Parts: sequence; structure tokens; C-alpha cells
Amino acid sequence: MAEVKFTDQHEWLLIDGDVAKVGITDYAQEQLGDVVFVELPQPGTEFNQGDEAAVVESVKAAAEVYAPVTGEIVEANNGLEDDPAVINSDAQGEGWFFTIKMSDAGELETLMDEAGYKDFIAGLD
Amino acid sequence: MRYLPLTDADRQAMLAEIGVAAIEDLYKDVPADALLDAPVDLPSHKGEWEVERIIGDLAAKNLGASSVPSFIGAGNYRHHIPASADHLIQRSEFLTSYTPYQPEVSQGTLQALFEFQTQVSLITGMEVANASLYDGATACAEAAMMACRVTKRSKMILSGGLHPHYIDVTATNAKYLDLNVINAGVDPNRDEPAHLAGLVDEETACVIIQNPDLFGRVRDLSALADACHEAGALLVVIVNEIVSLGALKSPGEMGADIVAAEGQSLGNGLSFGGPHLGLLATKEKFLRQMPGRLAGETTDVDGKRGWVLTLSTREQHIRREKATSNICTNSGLCALAFSIHLALLGETGFTKLARLNNANAVLLADKLDAISGVEVINDTFFNEFTVRLSKPAEPVIETLAANRILGGVPLSRFYPKNDAVTDLCLVTATELTREEDMDALSSALSEALA
Amino acid sequence: MSGTFTGNQGLRIEEPLIFELDSPGQSAVDLPEPPAVENRLGAAERTEPIGLPGLTEPEVVRHYLRISQKNYAIDAGLYPLGSCTMKHNPRLNEKMARHAGLADLHPLQPQSTVQGALELMDFCAEWLTTLTGMPGIALSPAAGAHGELCGLMTIRAALEDRGDARERVLVPESAHGTNPASAHMCGYKVESIPADDRGRVDVAAMIDRLDDKVAAIMITNPNTCGLFENYIVRIADAVHDAGGFVYCDGANFNAIVGRVRPGDLGIDSMHLNLHKTFSTPHGGGGPGSGPVVLSEALAPFAPVPYVVRDGDGFRLVEHIGDSDNKPYGRMKGFHGQFGVFVRALSYMLSMGSDGLRQASSDAVLNANYLKSRLEDLLSVSFDGPCMHEVLFDDRFLKDTDVTTLDFAKAMIDEGFHPMTMYFPLVVHGALLMEPTETESKAALDQYADMVRSLAERAKAGEAEMFKEAPKLTPRRRLDETSAARNPVLRWADRSEGS
Repeated sequence: MAEVKFTDQHEWLLIDGDVAKVGITDYAQEQLGDVVFVELPQPGTEFNQGDEAAVVESVKAAAEVYAPVTGEIVEANNGLEDDPAVINSDAQGEGWFFTIKMSDAGELETLMDEAGYKDFIAGLD
Repeated sequence: MRYLPLTDADRQAMLAEIGVAAIEDLYKDVPADALLDAPVDLPSHKGEWEVERIIGDLAAKNLGASSVPSFIGAGNYRHHIPASADHLIQRSEFLTSYTPYQPEVSQGTLQALFEFQTQVSLITGMEVANASLYDGATACAEAAMMACRVTKRSKMILSGGLHPHYIDVTATNAKYLDLNVINAGVDPNRDEPAHLAGLVDEETACVIIQNPDLFGRVRDLSALADACHEAGALLVVIVNEIVSLGALKSPGEMGADIVAAEGQSLGNGLSFGGPHLGLLATKEKFLRQMPGRLAGETTDVDGKRGWVLTLSTREQHIRREKATSNICTNSGLCALAFSIHLALLGETGFTKLARLNNANAVLLADKLDAISGVEVINDTFFNEFTVRLSKPAEPVIETLAANRILGGVPLSRFYPKNDAVTDLCLVTATELTREEDMDALSSALSEALA
Repeated sequence: MSGTFTGNQGLRIEEPLIFELDSPGQSAVDLPEPPAVENRLGAAERTEPIGLPGLTEPEVVRHYLRISQKNYAIDAGLYPLGSCTMKHNPRLNEKMARHAGLADLHPLQPQSTVQGALELMDFCAEWLTTLTGMPGIALSPAAGAHGELCGLMTIRAALEDRGDARERVLVPESAHGTNPASAHMCGYKVESIPADDRGRVDVAAMIDRLDDKVAAIMITNPNTCGLFENYIVRIADAVHDAGGFVYCDGANFNAIVGRVRPGDLGIDSMHLNLHKTFSTPHGGGGPGSGPVVLSEALAPFAPVPYVVRDGDGFRLVEHIGDSDNKPYGRMKGFHGQFGVFVRALSYMLSMGSDGLRQASSDAVLNANYLKSRLEDLLSVSFDGPCMHEVLFDDRFLKDTDVTTLDFAKAMIDEGFHPMTMYFPLVVHGALLMEPTETESKAALDQYADMVRSLAERAKAGEAEMFKEAPKLTPRRRLDETSAARNPVLRWADRSEGS
């Protein structure tokens, strides 16, 4: 059963074995507005937890997307480059950014579950 | 005072409405000992004619280049600006408007910028251009840093044939960043493109070369472009006499990746060196690393075509320390003047103007070369060339100036300690150079070198 | 919607791009035939056409007139853009800048032939240093952001001169984006300092961050919330004690010119915006000029070129090796924005010391008057008097479904350019209004009445009107999303057969 986790930088992870699929949350896409551009990492690149891995731009803002766990990029969702609007319409589905092979699954313990994230964003406004 | 509409009665009424007794109450946050209780020690206000007299007196102490035979170029060029250009830029709606942040009330500025961007792309042979930078030298620096961002490398190779101010500004901008600036050194005798091609390696972000170069030489840069691309480096081409693009192959055609240029020659007078106009043009694939503002086409809610500032996420007001540059205010009105002038010239006018500049320079070069003690060292040139004199050039130029002829720029003005260039002088002709001016320069030079 | 055949609406005329008006072969400039000589262009001669359109003078003049009519401008009405100082641009400035003997000077003429120009630069410098109470100045930066970079570079040069470059620059959250961008370009890491609940820099937080790795603080004073940083001297002292320098963003100098000298506050370098405080025109986005005034400690590091007195005359120092000081380098080609200096000097001479002092007072008075006329309906962000600009936030629009953006667009239909929106970032949905001193009381009252009426309409539930605004402009709201997703940055010939 795939596990879902969230970060306080508004990223979600869908975990399948030792690979996590990563995107930004629906809350994040709403804050950003219409997404116009994404810059995705190259497969094979290694990141530490917290490193800047991708950039997402809307008309009025730009935001870094951080690697939520340490690991190596497996795949990037290149379709987003042609159709960034998917991030707005389906942020937590087709709008995924990249998949990353985790080197330390223990890092997941530091992240929030769905309920925890809901509380987190409720506290923000 | 003529610019202050409030009357004392207004001020009293307003203070009362605010609920304070005096203006000083509104300055209560200023530390008491820092709040001045009297005007600063400078003259008090003056009417228009007094101001005109003071400034007129300062102007009278100068020798204006439009009033005497003038052959000075070296990065700023004296050209004819059509009367309607200067008239149009003084329209209130252009002169006193601001950056087009609210596009619904700025379509004039935005349409003009879109036209400007198109013109710059066309003459440079590049895919996209921005809405202006401060000047050619800072555009050169921005292009260098852009190349480093694009290639993720830090070594930039600067041709010695670059305008020395451009070299200095680029080096200054790179000074506190982790970048490696290689100055290939000034050498008027060297095959510069071949020399630079030999310096390019896998660590090079860019090679920056000027065409025509400091000495006025014109080259085909295609081979250098190939050498750069083979090593994964970018070719940055600098143009500081923009009229040359009417007669030369465009940098884009020659394989340039980025073009940084000075646009002053069109629409903008000399004005003692500023304000001028930086141009930046590049390939679409580098667009997101491009500094400066961009006007883009779109439609409004009624489906009508219009323009907006776009891709602002590259810029400082959104990206802050991660911006492509810190630039905010640029050279809007100078860009408009350029655009209007080029619109007035059109294809036939621009190309003819360029041919006229080159032809006048050829006539002048032949005339000067015939003088004993003067040798034109260029095989190729556009409207500016270098002469070698039989004496140090700077005192000769001073003598000419005392005789009300502005003869050119001695290279020692840029390189005061370089003995190899002491006898060299840059000389320019434009469409404004008349035969009698050329004759005046000829006789004055002959006399000075006798 | 327009209902006319042409799409024009009375005096408002639709105008295509110049490329769509092309008459191949036409030109608006009559040029003589070039003499028949062999060109000297070598292998680089152009062989391909460029693709520029041809037009004649009547067509060009008409084109630019028509598009100019689609711009708002200071000459048209109050332009309340906060921190931009949209004051009247005197026409005398334009006349002076075009004066023969100034406009037609080449920067590389022998210095003996341009003594008047060098004297003018020195004169301009004298006014600026006297007004700011600072001993040194760098005239060459081309605009405010350029001045910020210059000011920071003098700081870094001074620090490196004593062998201690340091690593970080402290920048308030409320700072203009150019501040951290400039610090970054100087090789420094940027650390953000929060604002306190009074809208000023949180002094305790700032002092807490001070250590021997902080090169400088960049402070805007008056700040971007329109407030005077009343702890500035304490801040400056703390930074100096830690061995750092104080850079001041002088964009808001209009509030205090002639009343306060930054040199008296402990500031080390500060840029001035001649195109803000000193009335030179904004021109749709420049040119500006951003000279930087410098303290005793920093003055030696000012970049080349600069003007010095030389016997009875003046000399331009152009080379680092020629200098008695330690210039860190060169900021731009040639000598600075000379045409802008002429305009600024023309203004300073016209206003005089007394006029400038009155101008800043009137600017502050006007902003506070707007505040008092609007504070019952709009939400003022911070208590107490403001300086030359007043900051509101969008709390007053809560539950109306009208955003700051919508409010701004409705102002457009009322014939006004909106205030600055969404800046500074320290409040939500910021509305920053700066009327300047060149607005009459009647103009202020009309503006205030208009804002009041819009606020009342928003609170009365007329959200739809705001969402549809503007309706009366040549173009209504434009699609910025597709402009960014599919950038079209130049005209391309999309006609049949092209």
C-alpha cells in the first residue's frame, strides 16, 4: 500500500518501496496562482534532504521545490514543461515533479502524514 | 514656488484635518538632533531665466561637437537625429509615464517596447531581445554573467579588442563573484578571432568579442563561434556602433549566442556619455536566464491583442537575491528614441545610412593615409579606423582641439601606460562628416605633424 | 463592444504595429547617395535583408501619437505609486538638457574642451553631498539598483582593504527586491530581518544577528512602509560597533530632503534616485540616475570616473592607476548619466534649498492628509504619522470578495493610475500611496473622495463591478498567464504566403 507524506514546504510524497514520487500540494498551487514554468532535475542527480531540486514559477511568484529526502532522481515528469497548467488542475496526481530513490527511508519519520499536514495548513492562514 | 501647488491656507486646513499643530509634529520619529531647523546651506530658489543663465554659462565653457569638425567615436557616435524623433519622445504620455506595471493604462509604452524588441532582434539576427539595459558596457557585463549561468561555468575570455570601459565594467561586476575573468590583452596586430579560438577550453563559459573592434576592424566571427560551440562555450558579440549592423552580417548569422550592444547611435545624442542605451539579444533557449524587462504579446478579456510585461519571475521584485540581475529602472525613453529613429529610417534608410557612413570613412581614410606622417593601419573598417602618427597622438589631438577641431581619440586616453599605442588614434566619420571637415582635419594634421 | 466599423472609439484610435504598416522601400529620412567607393567591410559584409518596415514621417508621427494616447502619465493626473515619487517633471529640465554645449558633447573630447561639463558634474555633486551631509559621492551609477550595487561594492572594498571581507548582509523583509539582488551580486549571502509590529526593522532581532561576519545592513529610510526608522542611530551604532557598515536605500529621500541629512544618522553609503526625488522624468522605465553619497570611511573607494578640482579647473579621473584613492573599479561606460545630471541640477537650482525643504514637508503633509481622509474606511497598516507615503492593507476588503488587485483596476476606470500594490510584502495585499508634493489639495480631495467611494462600493457588495474592471480603457484585463506560458516577445510575419 503506497504511503503518503507531506513536508512543511508543501510537498507531497507517494512512497512505493524505496522510491518516492514528489510534487507540490494543492494548497501550494493555489497560493502560487497559474503555473507558467517548471525547471525539473535531471535523472541521476543526487540531492540531500532540503536541497533545492526544482523550481516552479507562476506569473507573480517563483518557488523552490526542495528534495524532501536524500536520494537520486529516477525520473522527471517532462510533460510538465509543455503543460505546466496540470500542476494547477491536478497537483497531487498528474502534476507530480519527479521520482527519487531514497537512500535513507528513516528520513520519512521526520515528515507529516495527511492529517498532520491538514492541521499545519489550517494553522497558517 | 512654481512646482508647489499647496498654499499656506491649504497647509493650515490640512494640518487641522490631520489633527496636528505643525508640520514638525509629523516628523516626530526623526531623532531631535537630526531634524534640521533651517534650510541647508545652499542657494535659495530661482526663476527659470536665472537657472537658464547659470546652466548656459556652464555650457558656454565647452566646445560642442556639433559646432566644429568632429571625428570622435570610440563607443559614442555623432549621428543625425530626425526632428520628429526628439519631438515624439517629449510627448507627456511617453516622457512622464512610469514602468508599465498596470498594462491597461500603459499600452503605449508596451507596444513601443514590443516593437523595440522586434527591431533589436532583427538587426542583431537573434531570436529575442529585452526591453533595454543601462548601456553597452553594463550590457556586456550582464551578457558575461548570463553566459556563466547558462553554461554553469565560471571562466570568461575577454578580447583585448573590446572597448576598455566594457572590459573594466565586466571585470568590476565579476570582482566579488567566483568568476574567472581572462583579459586577452590589447594587440592591434593580432588575428583576434583566431587567437581567442585558441584560448577556449571546456571550462570556458564565454568568449566576448567586439565587432567592429576597438580599432575599427571588422571580421567574420563564424569560425570563432564554431570553436566556442565545440567546447560548449557561448560566443558573446559586442556591438558599440549599432549603425554598423546596417552594412555588416548580423552577429546572429555569424553564430553569436548573446549580443550585447550600445544603441546610442540611433535616437540618442552624445550628451557627454549618458544616458545611453544597452541592448541585449539572445536565443530563445536562453530566455529564462536573460536579465531585464520583457514585453510580451497577449489578449485581453475581450480577445483584443495587447501587451504586458512578462516572465517577471526572472526579476528582482519577485526573485530577490536569486534574480537574473538587480536591474529595475532601465533606459525606457532612450529605447523609445532608438525605436522611433529606426522606424523613421526603415530598411532602406538604415542600410543606406550604414553605407554612407562606411563610404565617408573610406574617403576620409584615403585622404589621411596620403598625409606624410599618417598611416591608416586597418584593412577593414566600418566608420571608424585607427591611424598611426609619426608623433605621440595625444598632444596632436590637443593641438587640433585648440584649433577647434576634434580630431579623434588617442588610444593613450584608454591606455595611458601602454607605449605600444602612444602613436595610435581612432578616427570616425559619419553621415554628418562633410568634405570640408575632412579637408580641415587633413590640413590641421599635416601641420601638426610637420 | 465598441460598435464602430474601425474599432476606434472617438479620440481613441486603434493602431497596429509598425511592421504591419510596412511600405517596402519607403523611408522617413532623406539621405544622399553614398559616394561610389569600394567598401572596406571585408568578409563580413551584410548580404541578407534585415526585415525592418518602411514608413514615411506622417505615418510614423501618427503611429506614435496614437499609441501614446493609451498611456497614463503624471502630466495626466495624480500617480500615487508608492516609493516611486511621481512628482511633476519640469519642462525647463528638458530645455536645459538639450542646450548646445551640453547635449552635443562627446565624452572623450580632450578635457580642456569640456571644463564646463566637468564643472556641472562637480556642482551637481556639491548639491547632493551638501543636502545629504556626506563628504563623498560616486556619480556614475545609472539607476537606483546600480547605485545599491555601487554602495555595497564600496563597503566590500573597504572591508577587503582591512583584510576582512566578511560574508553576510542583513536586509529587512520589507526591502525592495533590488536590495537582496544587489547584495547577491556583490558576493554576499543575504539574511532577512523581520519587521516589528510597528512596521519598522525589529532592532532586537537585528542586533541579535550582528557578528563579525556581517558586512553591512541595507536599510531603507524612510522605509517601504512609509515610516521613519526612528532607531536608525541605534542601528547604525550597533552595526559600526560590530565592524560593519550601514547602506541606506535612498529611494524615499523625498520625505526628508532639506530636513534631515543621512550623514547625521550614521549612514555610510546611500544611493539617491535623481528620477524620483530630483524630478527627472521616468520616461516609461528610465533612464534614471543613482549617484551614491559616501561617508569619510568609504569615499576613497568610489569607482572611476570622478571629477576633481585641478587648479582653476576640473579634471576627470578615469583610471584606477591615476587615482590618489582606491577606486574598486568602474560601473558603466563613460562618465555617468550626464543628461540626467543636467535635469536634476536645473531642478535643484529652481527649487533652491528653501524649496526642497518645502517640497519634502508638503510631500509628508499630503500623504498624512490622504491618510486622515481615508483611515476610517481603509485599513491603515501602522499607527502614527507616516512620511511621504501611506500604507494600507486589505483587511478593509475582508469578506467583500474584492482583492487589492480588483480595487486597483476599478481606480483605473475612475481615471487614476493605481497605487503600488502587493508591496511591501510585510502586510497582506498592500496598497502603498505616495501623492508627492506636486499635487494640489483639490487633486488630493478628488482622489480621496474617489477612493472612499470605491471602498464603500466594495463594502456594499458590488464585487462584480470590481472583478470586471477596468471597462473603459483601450484594453481591459490582459492574460498574463498565457503571456508567460507561451511567450511572444517579437512580431513575426504570420500572413499568408510568408
